[in-house]
Amino acid sequence: MSSKQQILNKVRQALSDKQNRAPYPVYDTAEYVAKPRVEGGSAEQVFRRNFAAVHGIVVGDFEELKAVLAKQPLKKGCCDPALTAKLQGLHIEWESEFNRNKFDEYDIGVTFASGAVAETGSLMLKDRATADRLSALAPWVHVAVLKRSEIYLTLPEALQRLGDDPNVILVTGPSKTADVEGILIEGVHGPGVQIAWLVD
Amino acid sequence: MNTEIPSHGQPIDRFAAAISGEVYESVHSSSAIKSDKRQALLAGDYPNPKHLREIAGQIKQHTLESLDKYLPQAVESLERNGVRVHFAANGEEARQIIGSLLAARGAKKVVKSKSMATEEIHLNDYLAANGVDCIETDLGEFIVQIDGDHPSHIVTPIIHKNRRQIAKSFEKHGLGAYNDDPETITRRARKFMRDKYMSADAGITGANFVVAETGRLVLVTNEGNSRFSLAAPKLHIALVGIEKLVPSDRDLSVFLNLLVRSATGQQFTAYTEFISGPHASGQPSGPEEMHVVFLDNGRSDILAGDCREILRCIRCGACLNICPVYRQASGHAYRSVYPGPIGAVLSPLLAGEKFPSLADLPKASSLCGACNDACPVNIPIPDLLLRLRDKGKREHAPLASRGVPPMGGFAGLASQPALWKGALLAGHVMNYFPVEWVPVPPLSKWTAQRTLPEFRGGEFRKWWKQRRQR
Ligand code: SF4
Repeated sequence: MSSKQQILNKVRQALSDKQNRAPYPVYDTAEYVAKPRVEGGSAEQVFRRNFAAVHGIVVGDFEELKAVLAKQPLKKGCCDPALTAKLQGLHIEWESEFNRNKFDEYDIGVTFASGAVAETGSLMLKDRATADRLSALAPWVHVAVLKRSEIYLTLPEALQRLGDDPNVILVTGPSKTADVEGILIEGVHGPGVQIAWLVD
Repeated sequence: MNTEIPSHGQPIDRFAAAISGEVYESVHSSSAIKSDKRQALLAGDYPNPKHLREIAGQIKQHTLESLDKYLPQAVESLERNGVRVHFAANGEEARQIIGSLLAARGAKKVVKSKSMATEEIHLNDYLAANGVDCIETDLGEFIVQIDGDHPSHIVTPIIHKNRRQIAKSFEKHGLGAYNDDPETITRRARKFMRDKYMSADAGITGANFVVAETGRLVLVTNEGNSRFSLAAPKLHIALVGIEKLVPSDRDLSVFLNLLVRSATGQQFTAYTEFISGPHASGQPSGPEEMHVVFLDNGRSDILAGDCREILRCIRCGACLNICPVYRQASGHAYRSVYPGPIGAVLSPLLAGEKFPSLADLPKASSLCGACNDACPVNIPIPDLLLRLRDKGKREHAPLASRGVPPMGGFAGLASQPALWKGALLAGHVMNYFPVEWVPVPPLSKWTAQRTLPEFRGGEFRKWWKQRRQR
């Protein structure tokens, strides 16, 4: 007998004498929404507040983006080819494909987001819409281009939008650790600066 | 801190007495801080966190008691998504499956993202012995690995180390001159790890949840290490305990909200990944091939026994942080992969035939009930500890019956409902009463080395009563 059969049989046997099995409880996912975090404005306003709370940066237009990026020493970047035209005048040398042999040379990556969760302050990145997982991860700065209309207010709403994409990731601020004495340090393996650029 | 090592008593007490002041300080303060953060966050975000924990426990209990339905369903969903599914009855089989999956692609370099299941089967040693270079990518796990140490906590593996010890390890392993600044330590790890990711042939992960209905694997991390392990390499292998299932996507809002708050006192982790297969077509990065190895390793036996509630565990570590025994003893005293209250139940059960060697663990508890109240899936840990003590006695496990402190007084109390209720009332008085004054000699010996948490008791008893009525 294969281990699969053996294990499934053992599981079945383990439960065979179980008369009244615990039922699936009746509950509303809304009970798990943290009310104080979703109150006080539109989905965009709530997202702005909660994304800032996890040290993400929200910019509302190109001028704002320019100002934020001016604070970073940025030479080379990797940008979704569909976005390069929007990013002229930043004095960054853009490449449209992430070259694995030069992974450490990119200071910034720009990709599309597929949504956001206002409640948790998270960007939603889907595999099909992300030009390259590595552009959104390896450079110190990541800019996710987010449509205002795709900001979902609560986590349960966002979970309904996972769809059939094979890989969806919620990015809640820059990468971080507290492994050393519980002290928060940002920029561990992923970006140290996480930007959401809102577009219409 | 008592540094005398008593020659008698339970092994866990001997370990506890032998830990250094430095370790005690690290473990004690950071577990206390995390407990406070968890409580404040839950209370601030929800009007009735207890109700939310109860629902979460019920969903998990339901899933376990219908595992004969959900496990085959999960297999079907995963396969539909293009994932290859394997089953391992024990650690040996799991190691072999993983070893041959790697060999089939000629994979010699592996990046691994923190996973308790892989700790449980001692995967790293096996891979090293088979010529596979496997690097732990979570900062804490990496430090444990270069030190040849073991994690002392299931969420924060180096809770027992301070920055000076870490700085020394980095220096010793050629990661730069001594520098104990946490930011410098982190940057050095970042730099070191990048080449490892980019040159790795495979990424190995665990899973926090697997959704039976959709076949989604959910992984939560803060550092981005699991994302990187699944962005650069072309092969993904996930080792998952068969108890990790949840019925549907909607249940994830329950578990993600409770897991993260309970584990790290954050609202949400920096990276929450939902993986249902190899990368999308057109996506240049990420695995071309994905495997899930379902691990039994004693779980189906636990499911058949009278402690199956322990399989609800979502490995948040809250019960460790709140536990007065864990805070005093640190994780290594539990001599097994899972320390703290969860470990005191799970480790002896997973040990199978070696149960007697860990039969002292269920005794290392004052049954104060704090773990039950902290647990996001509402596991009645104190009750399970009692059942295991009983099992120890029945199986004549020497470590279970040899006793410091003698629990006779407690047993008397616990077996007489009226006395017990009285004691519960008295419990609240204990919050204002120095426990060292307790005039019972064995008990004062016990409390001399332990601090009791604030008594918030009675919850477990209420739960048990309701459960009986149901
Ligand atoms: S037993 Fe409960 S509190 Fe302890 S680690 Fe598991 S889920 Fe968390």
